[in-house]
Parts: sequence; structure tokens; C-alpha cells
Amino acid sequence: MQAFDPNSLRGDLVSARFEPGPTEDKLILSMGPQHPSTHGVLRIMLELDGEYIVRAEPVLGYIHRMHEWMAEQKTYMQFMPNMGRVDYLHPMAWNWAFAGAVERLMGLEVPERAEYIRVAVTELNRITSHLLWWGAYLLDLGAFTPIMYAFDDREKILDILQDVTGSRLTYSYFTIGGLYGDVPDDFASRCLAFTRHLRSRLPMYRDLVTDNVILRGRCEGIGVMDVELARRYGATGPMIRGSGAPVDTRRAEPYGVYNRFDFHIPTYTEGDAMARYMVRLDELVTSCDIIDQAVANLPGGPIQTKVPKTIKPPKGEASFAVEGARGKILVHVRSDGGPKPYRVKLRAPGFSNLHVFSELAEGTLLADAVSILGSLDLVIPEIDR
Amino acid sequence: MSQLSQLIEEAYTGLKSLVIGLGVTGKALCEPGVTVIYPKEEVDNLATFRGHVELIGKDDDPAVARCVACGACAKACPSNCISVLCPVPVKEGEADTGKLGPAPQKGSKTPAQFIVDYSLCSLCGQCARACPVDSLRFCHDAYTVAFDRKAFQFELVSRLRQQAEQALEGGEE
Ligand code: SF4
Ligand code: SF4
Repeated sequence: MQAFDPNSLRGDLVSARFEPGPTEDKLILSMGPQHPSTHGVLRIMLELDGEYIVRAEPVLGYIHRMHEWMAEQKTYMQFMPNMGRVDYLHPMAWNWAFAGAVERLMGLEVPERAEYIRVAVTELNRITSHLLWWGAYLLDLGAFTPIMYAFDDREKILDILQDVTGSRLTYSYFTIGGLYGDVPDDFASRCLAFTRHLRSRLPMYRDLVTDNVILRGRCEGIGVMDVELARRYGATGPMIRGSGAPVDTRRAEPYGVYNRFDFHIPTYTEGDAMARYMVRLDELVTSCDIIDQAVANLPGGPIQTKVPKTIKPPKGEASFAVEGARGKILVHVRSDGGPKPYRVKLRAPGFSNLHVFSELAEGTLLADAVSILGSLDLVIPEIDR
Repeated sequence: MSQLSQLIEEAYTGLKSLVIGLGVTGKALCEPGVTVIYPKEEVDNLATFRGHVELIGKDDDPAVARCVACGACAKACPSNCISVLCPVPVKEGEADTGKLGPAPQKGSKTPAQFIVDYSLCSLCGQCARACPVDSLRFCHDAYTVAFDRKAFQFELVSRLRQQAEQALEGGEE
């Protein structure tokens, strides 16, 4: 019988980089896929020295859906429902990014009313995304009750959005040149009632969680990312705003009617997990402000411009950037004049945000890795599109 | 000594945030619940809910669909879940075998079968948008549950007829 040779196990399942380190007592640990705190099927290869992380490497590819390839097989309108599946927590922003890119390519003008409704539903959707993140993050950190409160409030928005779009999660509400349908008559009053309700709930969120010593202990000074690092990795959204840079697509490259609204972009300079947490909580208020303004000034008129029955944009290319809940979303469309796109490129914010993790996690404790990973607000289908 | 005072301070702040947190939870305990206890209760906001698609009957005869069997919905559907079947025209000298073919078929203005596979449907509404005679809409059935995928294949022409008959019976009672 042959003797067991440990050297035959050299190397790793994923990449040659994951050979055991120079010292014998390093442990290679695979966190996920299907780990409760990786929010889907993300796998992270960790090299541990005791409980300290020496190296971390995210491994992707477990739910690759080939959205970009699928775009080339379907007509422009047929691809629309896919956008709800890329990031199922903020589908409105993706809807907008794709519709916007095609509209830019065709030179279509979207009616005013549609633009205002787009702003309102996208911001409502951003709140649902942040609320879910809030609950799920605290779940990762071991607190169970907050997610119940978050779902309670989120449910109220889902009810509004269901009355608008007919679905509760994967809305396919935007069409090229407008919207699928008009909002119900009581939309404005319900939105205003909701934002008032959410504002009254925020002190409770603060009492229950934000001021809690356990959360502070697990988030303050953990995963500190400076602006330089964020820029180097192309991190956007609450990630870079938590590092002190007021970068927001809604301000930097205004799209739709955003330049008509008056809103504050929250930033924190600490760059740690707590700063990212605070940015997201403050963004709930920002979104409430925008919704209030959008529904108060909702103009009348049509919600859809005239578009030809088969959409055939002229030859050329266009891109459209949108601020999603996780950062900058960009859709680039290239047309060869046919009814199907020649090429569609999706830029997902989570993809850039995730890869900062390797550097942030180095030298931290394994338990801190969970706090850092949660503070990135990952949605795996978006990363693994 | 300073270590001791720090310890006491930490214990104090910890206890304080614990009490505040418990206060919030305690208050929520006394508030009414927000969830619906299914199946005892059912949700009431299904007026705009998107279930699977269904055919709309003609105004004067609700048992017959408005559909003119043009096949536009099947062509527009990104998930290929619609098939509209019409009788194939019989050639001269041949017996009518009742064969069905995909719409549109020459001369056929009504669908013999309209099959929707709800298990594939992405609820995008492209079919309803594409329909030239507004013959499709979403039904408001939120409780379609089954163990078998085949149970999600609906034949809409007979479903419409059944619905119309039920409505008629209900009206007579
Ligand atoms: S809603 Fe969309 S996926 Fe469903 S049948 Fe209609 S076109 Fe097909
Ligand atoms: S598009 Fe309308 S009329 Fe044409 S086959 Fe479909 S349901 Fe019938």
C-alpha cells in the first residue's frame, strides 16, 4: 500500500495562488458557497493563521446567468425583464439604465410625467434595498429582531410598488420610451404617508441598533478603506461615500430629471464598516426627500412616447449610468441597426465593491471578515451576471 | 483604578443600550401584528397583481376570446411560454383530421388552443402589449401552487369558457 503523501495535495481547487504558505500551520478555509453571510453563492478562499486572515480571495461563477450574452439573442424589449434579475433588490435602477441607454441611442425624449414617476419608483426601490441590507447585515452580525422591523417597513413600499407595477420583486415596469403603465390615483398620497412613516421610524432604528454597543464594537474601525483604495478598485455608491468622497451619479452625471431636485448626499470620512452603515441609513432620508419632491410636483400628461413596433436603433453605441443602491450602474449598448443588440455590456457596482474585500480583510479576524463582507452590500447575481 | 472606572463605564453603557433595545422590542410586542395569517386570512390588494396571463372574452359573448389568432404574443414573449394553436386548413379530397398547427394559419380567426406555461413566464407583459386586439391580461390569482410543473400549463380557451359558465351560473342563482 502506498504511503499517504501530503504534498500530493499541494495547490488548491481554485487557483495556484492558494498553495499552503511557507509555514506549515496555515489553514485554508473555504467560506461559502451557500454560507449564510455570503448572501448567495459567493465563495471566499481564506488562508488563516490562527483566527487571523492572511489572504482572502473571492471566487465567482456559481450562478453565472450570461445576461450579456442573452441580450444578443433577444430583441430590445424582450431583454427588459432580464434587468430585474440582475440585481433583484434594486431592479428599477437596472430597468432605467437599460431603457436609458436604448433611448439615448435612438434619441428618444421621455415624457415629463414618466421621468418623475421613474424617479419616485427608483427611490422607493432604493429604500427597500437599503432596508433589506440593514436587516440582513444585522442578521450576519447575530441580531435577529431588526430584520423583522425592516421587513415591516419594506412591506409597505412593496404594497405601493405592487399597485404600480403588479409585482413585488422583479418589476419589469420601464419600457423603452416610458413606462409600462400609469400609477394609481392615490400614489402621491401613499408615498407621502410612507415617507412620513419612515422618518418617524428612524429614531427607533437608531435606538435599537445604531447606538448599540455591540454593533459599534463590531463595526467601528473594521475594514477601513481610504478614498485612494476605493478609487483604485472603482468602488462606488455608499462604499466610496463612506470613505469621504461625495461621488454620486445622480449629481455627477445627472440623468432623467434629477438635476431639478434638491437633496443632500451623505458622506462619512471614517471609511470603516460603521461609516458605510451610516451612509446607507442617511440615504434613506435622502430618498425620502427626493420622493416627497417628485410626487409633489408630479406633472400630468402621457407616460410613453411613440416608439416603432419593432425597435431598431440606428447603428452606433450609447451608454447610460444610473446610481443604484450599491453604486454606479452602467449599461453600454452597441447596435448594428438590427432588431437585436449587437453587444450589451453591464457594469455592476457590486463587482468592483467586492474585490476591495481581499485587501480589507487581510490581517483582520475571521469574525471581522463577516462584518466587512456584509458592509459591502453584495448581491451575487449582479456580480456574477 | 482607571481600569476599574473604565470597566464600570463600559458596563454602564452596555447596560444602557441593552435597556433601550429591550424597550423598543417591548413596545413592538404591544403593537398589532402586520403579517397576514394565511390561509385564515388572505391579502386584499390583488387588484393589480400579476398572475399568469389570461384571455379576455368578447363584450357580447364572454365565453369566446377576442383573440384573432395572429400569433403576435407568442412572437413577443421572451420566454417562449405561449403557444397559440389553430386548425390546419384541410386540403381538397382529404378528410378533416382536426390537426392543429401554430398560429397564424390561413383563414383561421379563432384559436383552438391557447397554452401558457406559467412555470416559464417572467410576468413581463410583452404579450399583452403586443396583442393588437387587447385580448390578454394578467389574472389576479396569487395562490397558484402545485407539486408538478405540468400543473402550471394552462389552456386558456377552455379556461375562459369555464369562467364564463361559472359566471352565468353564479348570476342565475
Ligand atoms: S408575461 Fe412575458 S413571459 Fe409571460 S407569457 Fe407574457 S410575454 Fe411571455
Ligand atoms: S396577440 Fe392577441 S390576437 Fe394575437 S394570438 Fe395573441 S392573444 Fe390572440
